[in-house]
Amino acid sequence: MQVEIDEPRCVAAGHCVVAAPEVFDQRDDDGVVVLLDANPPDDEHEHVREAALLCPAAAIIVRDRGGAP
Amino acid sequence: MSDVLVVGASAAGLATAESLRRRGFTGSIRLIGDEVHQPYDRPPLSKKVLSGVWGADQTALRAPADLAALDIDLVLSSRAVSVDVRRQEVVVSGGRRLPYGDLVIATGLAPRRLGAFDGLAGTHVLRTLDDVERLRAELAAAERLIVLGAGVLGCEIAATGRQLGLGVTVVDPAPVPMGAQVGPEIGEMLAGLHRANGVEVLTGTKAEAPVVSNGRITEVLTSAGLVAADVVVVAVGSTPATDWLEDSGLILDDGVVCDSRCRAADNIYAVGDVARWWHERQARSVRLENRTNATEQGLAVADNIMGANKPYVPVPYFWTDQYDIRMQVFGDLSGAHTIRVLEGDPATRKFVAAAESGGRVVGVIGWNSARGVRKARELIADRD
Ligand SMILES: Cc1cc2nc3c(=O)[nH]c(=O)nc-3n(C[C@H](O)[C@H](O)[C@H](O)COP(=O)(O)OP(=O)(O)OC[C@H]3O[C@@H](n4cnc5c(N)ncnc54)[C@H](O)[C@@H]3O)c2cc1C
Ligand code: SF4
Repeated sequence: MQVEIDEPRCVAAGHCVVAAPEVFDQRDDDGVVVLLDANPPDDEHEHVREAALLCPAAAIIVRDRGGAP
Repeated sequence: MSDVLVVGASAAGLATAESLRRRGFTGSIRLIGDEVHQPYDRPPLSKKVLSGVWGADQTALRAPADLAALDIDLVLSSRAVSVDVRRQEVVVSGGRRLPYGDLVIATGLAPRRLGAFDGLAGTHVLRTLDDVERLRAELAAAERLIVLGAGVLGCEIAATGRQLGLGVTVVDPAPVPMGAQVGPEIGEMLAGLHRANGVEVLTGTKAEAPVVSNGRITEVLTSAGLVAADVVVVAVGSTPATDWLEDSGLILDDGVVCDSRCRAADNIYAVGDVARWWHERQARSVRLENRTNATEQGLAVADNIMGANKPYVPVPYFWTDQYDIRMQVFGDLSGAHTIRVLEGDPATRKFVAAAESGGRVVGVIGWNSARGVRKARELIADRD
């Protein structure tokens, strides 16, 4: 799994951090998402998908190996 | 026939459809909406789109390829006019009947209008992409903007107006801006923020009538006197878009009334701004008008369609951007009577505060403190 962030879209809601704290963090000053792991391990995939669904700004892009999102 | 028919092709409707697919739903899904645009996001409209930083295309909720991959029958420019719950059919304008297995109502809100101002050249509401295009075009040639209503939307429009270099007046009968959302203390701070940025904040003031010249609004008569205007935005709240459900037999009471599972009747669910459901943890009926609720409730409804039978019990959350402040609020601050600063300092416009009622933390607020407010969220106690 390949995770990308469309940073200008992020509204600092932090839902991604709640859903997948191993993969996402937030910058201290403006709360914008920080991607900790662009290739998360298998046991994180479900959390990352949840984060992408919950992100109100659609700022998290998940690609499965093979390319298609 | 579609197994699931979603009416309303915006944040909540799309989230429901997408969550169904993510959860492995293999039945047919049809998503209909009355706007011409592909599903787009509303929060940027009053901020980056109105200011011109973003183009309309940047508001798309999903890229076309991602939408296509969901295998949803997306029907745009199609308005639901009624539903026959016994025959399980929705009727759309033109008379076509769309049978369904499960129906999801996701029609959101329609802006409330003010009789005397309605339809007058120079007056606007802001809910859709078309609204913002019209407003932006008029603001480009304007010098003075009046915003009627100092709720979240009105405050954002005022801030964006200042950013565009306009003279801005905000008029609201309430004592402080956004009082219903953030309480009197933070509301007072917001009034100060707007004044510091050059906005004339007329709280405790009623807009009484428009003054019209050559068919266009030129001034607004308020209880505090006359205010000159090139453009007036009416941002006095919105009402659930349930006109098409009047004769359905569904219970309507400031929204589609649902049980704790967001179910309005057998095989019928409501989601997003239009849904009023029984919040089990708060032990009362709740309707939320915010962006994260649209997604989270969509997820909950998708789960329940697939048989989860789970109550929907979110902690309410919204954010707003005004000037250089990003404010985030968790919980429900209506009825809070004490504000306690937890970290930072309001004077520096970077702080986290707890709102308390009867010794209980009912909400937390952060200004420019996304991390702090997320941690403080754990302090919010359930009503017992
Ligand atoms: C300008 C603006 C700024 C905002 N900013 C923020 C913010 O900063 N933070 C935040 O948390 N929230 C914000 N919100 C609120 C957030 O956008 C809403 O909570 C969210 O859009 C709700 O999604 P929804 O899908 O329930 O309803 P909507 O987005 O209203 O979608 C309903 C859709 O259904 C369609 N429809 C209605 N009736 C029919 C019918 N009979 N047949 C077919 N289609 C129909 C409508 O045209 C619309 O496309 C903002 C809203 C606006 C308008
Ligand atoms: S959930 Fe989305 S908007 Fe919120 S912090 Fe994460 S990426 Fe940003």
